[in-house]
Amino acid sequence: MTRKFNNVYVADSYTIAGVYEKDGPIADYFDLVYDKDLYYGCDTFEKAEEKMLSNSISKLISHAKLIDSDVDYIISGDLENQIAASDYALRDFNIPFLGIFSACATFGEGLYLASNLIEGKMAKNIIVSTSSHNMAAEKQFRNPTEYGAPKKKTTTFTSTGAASMLVTSKKSRIKITSATCGIVQDKGITDVNNMGAVMAIAAADTLKRHLKDLNIKPDYYDLILTGDLGIYGKEILIEYMKDSGYDLSRNYNDCGLILYDRDKQNVFAGASGPSSSALTLSAYIIKEMLRGKYRKVLIVPTGAIFSPTRAFQKDSIPSIAHAISLEVSE
Amino acid sequence: MKDRYNEIVMKHTPKEDVIKNALLVFLYGGILGAFSEFLLRCYVMWFNLPRKEAGVAVILTLIIIASILTALGVFDVCVSKLKSALIIPITGFAHSMTSAALEYRKEGLVLGIGANIFKLAGTVILYGIVSVYVFGIIRILIIGG
Repeated sequence: MTRKFNNVYVADSYTIAGVYEKDGPIADYFDLVYDKDLYYGCDTFEKAEEKMLSNSISKLISHAKLIDSDVDYIISGDLENQIAASDYALRDFNIPFLGIFSACATFGEGLYLASNLIEGKMAKNIIVSTSSHNMAAEKQFRNPTEYGAPKKKTTTFTSTGAASMLVTSKKSRIKITSATCGIVQDKGITDVNNMGAVMAIAAADTLKRHLKDLNIKPDYYDLILTGDLGIYGKEILIEYMKDSGYDLSRNYNDCGLILYDRDKQNVFAGASGPSSSALTLSAYIIKEMLRGKYRKVLIVPTGAIFSPTRAFQKDSIPSIAHAISLEVSE
Repeated sequence: MKDRYNEIVMKHTPKEDVIKNALLVFLYGGILGAFSEFLLRCYVMWFNLPRKEAGVAVILTLIIIASILTALGVFDVCVSKLKSALIIPITGFAHSMTSAALEYRKEGLVLGIGANIFKLAGTVILYGIVSVYVFGIIRILIIGG
């Protein structure tokens, strides 16, 4: 269902990106780029992800001139088993923590929950965070990181970075106006190297329900963004939505195609991972909204919520997408 | 509607360049084979080894080169260019073991490297041994040893 909000705003955000994101088209928008290597000064990739996430939260808190006790909740999740990056990063803070998992749609779920808590006056300041690390994800979901098996064209490339966003009840220029919670979808696709095809159906379902509930057309928004469908998932979504009578050909793009430049970078179908949509939204979209390029943006982070064990057992892959509508307030 | 979605998925799923990749692998794999033969003849000449033992030395050389390239982080880049030409020969086997060893060294020598080094290579060993038995038996039955 779609919730409408009157008192939910985005106060601030802080983004940290890595080596590959630095070569992408929106590199200048990140608050911090760590481009020395993928270790972020730590001895394992998992610790590197934890530190990136922890830093993005602490930098956001200090940037927003808050202290820990001003923040009611941190809602965070990531791709590691047991959402380890979030669990371990949150040891550094004296703030109530809600750990969530929607795979690459985690940031969407976090924003949905935060907006509801704030609109319901159950919280004033909530930090929504997420992270992903190319190598930590590669190791967990695919092969050892240095192993070079030939990859399919539909493969996506997990982004490296962490993003934290401060959602608040205090008026600011960016308002979260509505949000639609995802429903789990599964079209029987078993190919773990074609996540765009797995997730496009979830994006389509959430998008259709969002537009129907609010009785608006896609052109209501200056920009509609999905999280990490990649180039082929984007094509699938456009055609599938066209079949259902919605025209996405003019104002729709995918964060996975904004974060990286497929022509110059060897990223196959595009970026993926929770930080794909989180970095694009928190760094690029928010800043461009403040500059006046976009006034109304709908972001639909998409997640393939699959377990490697179930995938090895040849089960099909479920997916989910949550939609968050952001508008520049007067 | 399920069928319609899957139709659209099929339409927008790009075909892998099977023939182009196969030709590439044929070419690069062939070059690797020719290089090995060259090395073999060199070993025979330089070290005065019989051909069979020189072959073992060539295999060891390839394993060492593949492992060092893996450790330097170069091998996976080469694979993205040369495809299975590097994965199918012994170089791929060495690569799978070295990459697993690198990955799990943080988890200890026994339960990390020890338990995981054959993560990818184990299947080659298992089915290698099984097929050796099967074809050995067939050989004995047909030509008597």
